[in-house]
Amino acid sequence: MERKLCKIAIASGKGGTGKTTLSVSLYQQLKDRFEGKIQLVDCDVEEPNDLLFFSSAKLISSRPVYQLIPEIDTGKCNFCRKCADYCEFNAIVVIPPAGFAEVNSSLCHSCGACLIACDQGAITEHPVSIGDISTYQSEAGDNLAEGKLKIGSAMQTMLIKELKKEDTAGLDMVIYDAPPGTSCPVVATVSDADYVVLVTEPTLFGLHDFKLMVELMRELKIPFGTVVNKAGLGDEEVYNYIRKEKIELLGKIPFNRDFASKYAKANLFSDIPGNILENLKKVADRIVDVICNEIEIPA
Amino acid sequence: MKEITILSGKGGTGKTSVTGALAALAESCVFCDNDVDAADLHLLFQPEVREEHSFASGLKSFIDISACTQCGICADHCRFEAIHVMENGEYVINPFQCEGCRLCERVCPAEAIRSEKSTNNAWYVSDSRFGQLVHARMAPGEENSGKLVTRVRKKAKELAKAEGADYIINDGPPGIGCSTIASLSGTDIVLVIIEPTMSGLHDAKRLVDLARTFQVLIFAVINKFDINLDITTVIEEYLKIEKISLLAKIPFDENMVKAMTVGKTIFEYRTDSEAGNQLKLVWNALKEASLTT
Ligand code: SF4
Ligand code: SF4
Repeated sequence: MERKLCKIAIASGKGGTGKTTLSVSLYQQLKDRFEGKIQLVDCDVEEPNDLLFFSSAKLISSRPVYQLIPEIDTGKCNFCRKCADYCEFNAIVVIPPAGFAEVNSSLCHSCGACLIACDQGAITEHPVSIGDISTYQSEAGDNLAEGKLKIGSAMQTMLIKELKKEDTAGLDMVIYDAPPGTSCPVVATVSDADYVVLVTEPTLFGLHDFKLMVELMRELKIPFGTVVNKAGLGDEEVYNYIRKEKIELLGKIPFNRDFASKYAKANLFSDIPGNILENLKKVADRIVDVICNEIEIPA
Repeated sequence: MKEITILSGKGGTGKTSVTGALAALAESCVFCDNDVDAADLHLLFQPEVREEHSFASGLKSFIDISACTQCGICADHCRFEAIHVMENGEYVINPFQCEGCRLCERVCPAEAIRSEKSTNNAWYVSDSRFGQLVHARMAPGEENSGKLVTRVRKKAKELAKAEGADYIINDGPPGIGCSTIASLSGTDIVLVIIEPTMSGLHDAKRLVDLARTFQVLIFAVINKFDINLDITTVIEEYLKIEKISLLAKIPFDENMVKAMTVGKTIFEYRTDSEAGNQLKLVWNALKEASLTT
């Protein structure tokens, strides 16, 4: 059966709410329904963790991702400072009397503006690695892609964009595990998703960050629903908010010490407590209904 | 004056709860929330805002369609794929994709593009029951969180100098990207909060590797250590090899969770608790260490 590629993203403003748990578990729930034509994409490139849960997965491919950093040839440069004026990120220092012109690679966004500025042909670009993109598969039919930011690089957003360009031929669905927060790396992850699942927890911090996420989703005009993780802990406030804002509650994952310790050991595929499994199945059903069969999406 | 920054790599390991507990113990201290992307410390501090400043983050460019000749030069130059052609031939810039480099503005022969600073972000100086707090609010979808971190830290330093404070305590962001880099540079001591899960350890290792590239003293705490004793042992071994001293192992304590729900620190919620006792050890060790840095 020919299907359009469905993209769902799992996100949460606050870290540690169970994004990875839900991504990995939902992947597992949806795998059979999509006859294995589904990939889990770990977009939390600063701290990618999904792979830890697939101990038998083997590396299939790996490629480095480069950022282009300009270099100034002071032999050709006439120290006009035009490039420094063009650079909106203060990455270029030109000191005419000293005959000094240099690019600070840690500030450079690789926008290319300085190349347009220079009429002396003094600037050329050189690739510098910002991280790797790897894919993994297991005999059980698991299919993963992961971006891993090089330590010290500040180019997480660029790496995420690159990760999302990976070949999806033959896939019916991708699940993006988003980084925490609400800033540009998150936007880069969720921007083209058909549906976003916001994971939250019933705590003071959880609710605060969840509200920021809801604000972002509405600004981006992406349909979304929510899953409350660690249900039973904390208080009722988050549910009141969900009701008031008419957000679709896809499911609740009750707090369960055994499940938490399974997560700790990176084992989420066997002996899942019954009430958690039931809820995961419900969330998976709803996702298939809502986005993949294009049943009307609640606003 | 010494600057102590609390980080974890992984989110949700209890950074803010630990910061809150240290705040209740510390005297002569200015506090700073470096997690500008999901700023939570103010929920605990319930500060009274004394100053509010807007923070102009990056630029965003806009196309004036009445001046645009639809030549497409801007879109060819944009490296962020932020410029899109609509079905009716109009060119638009998606503000969420725009990096604010102004290259399109400079190459546009019709001068149809202008750029504006986004002023959606704000930072605050506040008074609280623990002392002064510098914090920020970043609008969702914004970039340049690193610069905002640098801004709030600079202010915290000024305040600490002015009042002769002994310490600045920074509640850091998760991850190891630009805002973490901005939190690490120039700080004296880093306290890494690790939770005993495979992910917690994996992320803490990446953070330690990053922190090693700065001139900082690194200490660690294992939070909720008793939720998984096997992994706690693995973490202890890792710390030993890395020669990072483990200041405390904090047990999982329902009082910590309950204190948070009502916006209190553990010490305000319960005068006597095992988690609290461990946190006292942490603060004493940090004080001692700051004498030697
Ligand atoms: S590529 Fe852009 S950010 Fe980098 S130095 Fe040139 S103008 Fe500055
Ligand atoms: S624009 Fe070219 S010539 Fe002018 S300072 Fe920059 S590199 Fe040198």
